[in-house]
Amino acid sequence: MSSIISISGVTKTYATGFKALKEINLDIERGEIFALLGPNGAGKTTLISIVCGIVNRSSGSVTVDGHDISRDYRAARSLIGLVPQELTIDAFETVWATVNYSRGLFGKAPNKDFVEKVLRDLSLWEKKDSKAITLSGGMKRRLMIAKALSHEPRVLFLDEPTAGVDVELRQDMWAMVRRLREDGVTIILTTHYIEEAEAMADRVGVINKGEIILVEDKAELMRKLGRKQMRLELRAPLAAIPDGLSRYALELSEGGNELTYTYDNQSDRPGVASLIRDLEAAGIQFRDLDTKNSSLEEIFVNLVRQEP
Amino acid sequence: MNLPAAPNFRAVWAIYRVEMARAFRTVLQSIISPVISTSLYFVVFGSAIGSRINEIDGIAYGAFIVPGLMMLSLLTQSISNASFAIYFPKFVGSIYELLSAPVSYLEIIIAYVGGAATKSIMLGLIILATAALFVPLRIEHPFWMIAFLVLTAVTFSLFGFIIGIWAKTFEQLQLVPLLIVTPLTFLGGSFYSIHMLPGIWKTITLFNPVVYLISGFRWSFYGKADVSVGVSLGMTLVFLAICIAIVAWIFKTGYRLRN
Repeated sequence: MSSIISISGVTKTYATGFKALKEINLDIERGEIFALLGPNGAGKTTLISIVCGIVNRSSGSVTVDGHDISRDYRAARSLIGLVPQELTIDAFETVWATVNYSRGLFGKAPNKDFVEKVLRDLSLWEKKDSKAITLSGGMKRRLMIAKALSHEPRVLFLDEPTAGVDVELRQDMWAMVRRLREDGVTIILTTHYIEEAEAMADRVGVINKGEIILVEDKAELMRKLGRKQMRLELRAPLAAIPDGLSRYALELSEGGNELTYTYDNQSDRPGVASLIRDLEAAGIQFRDLDTKNSSLEEIFVNLVRQEP
Repeated sequence: MNLPAAPNFRAVWAIYRVEMARAFRTVLQSIISPVISTSLYFVVFGSAIGSRINEIDGIAYGAFIVPGLMMLSLLTQSISNASFAIYFPKFVGSIYELLSAPVSYLEIIIAYVGGAATKSIMLGLIILATAALFVPLRIEHPFWMIAFLVLTAVTFSLFGFIIGIWAKTFEQLQLVPLLIVTPLTFLGGSFYSIHMLPGIWKTITLFNPVVYLISGFRWSFYGKADVSVGVSLGMTLVFLAICIAIVAWIFKTGYRLRN
């Protein structure tokens, strides 16, 4: 797969001296869903704003489908749709007017049928003659998406798309993102809802303090960094972990009723089977057990914490 | 694939249309209120006070103030239209869309300044029509009348655009029009000929750029001017050039737009 967005050596230092981005290198592949994760203030929005032309970078270069975002900004920008984090719409415009305005702004010929389809897909058609100010928060969010899709972008940026959005809209949005991907649209979403990235993304990038600290295929990332935990509910409480089991680094719960074993898929720690054999040998009986994979959220928190 | 990018006329049209739609949506504020205030000027200065004033340069006082009144509205409305048009999206944040769109700075300027200038020119003509109801008017140089009208509207819309980009608060947005433009316009000879001023003030007033605008504009009506028409035209063009230079600098540096 060839990359549709290529970011190399991009830095951003604000006038205040704040270094928002330090040497970002990142390639987004054509047709993928890429999730950019990071805590607040990590530089997610700054990076997106640079690619979209809203903020000037301090150095480095960005190309969108081979078009340099400065030299060839028209070609680059006309490929991009952006849904920003904040609900920022001219409140006095009607839905219909503002979406058609967006289409015109991006140089596309008027196409009423297409705009109607976008509005219908986002359940906004009924509201087409309403002023933006009269819409609910969720409806405004849909309107922002409609504006971004009005000019048929090949790359869609969703900056924190589901912040403050109800469950129904969130699911609608995920369905929409999948449909767009089927049409070949590349989607980059930033989020700090990890479940979103986990459910949607093909690849995940983690940004922290202005640096990309990791880019990985999501499944690969979960496999590599994912940890498993096995929890054992004991028949009789245990006062202390027997010496024979020390190599497992087990954790004993407060009342002595539960043992937790944490292991990862790649480490050389002994497997679950040998632990169970050893438990039996030590005469420890358990009533029940369950295992779970660590979520992307835990992976993420660990990654960000490791940073100094 | 670095094709020479075609100008985005559709974007210019889209922005221009939104700006014009705003004028018609707020027709009370943008059209009717200036007409009312102009009529009030005519009642107060034209009839009540004007009837006690002799002709100036052979022109009845009521007719004499028409060009000045038009300029007064043209200046203030051009500035407020253009400054608000660009400040408002900055204020609510919807400017992101403009900045992320494939439009050049020149196109942005043409659309916003074009919209603001169109509105104030329309307004100027409405005021002219209103004035014609009160006083007999004649326009000796219609071509130059239109030229001064358009030039002034464009220049001050550009000036307003600069203020709109510079302003960080609504207060700042009002500051320049209120503290600088309105006084300069009132002292610029809207209601009197600068020859009527006492000694030193006649010289001081020549530093007021609005004097040249009003004088030139009045010349296009009655063929009489406080300063020569060439100087008026020259000063207007100088101010236009200064505004263009500032706008070019703003766009080159991304000042208060792309930080």
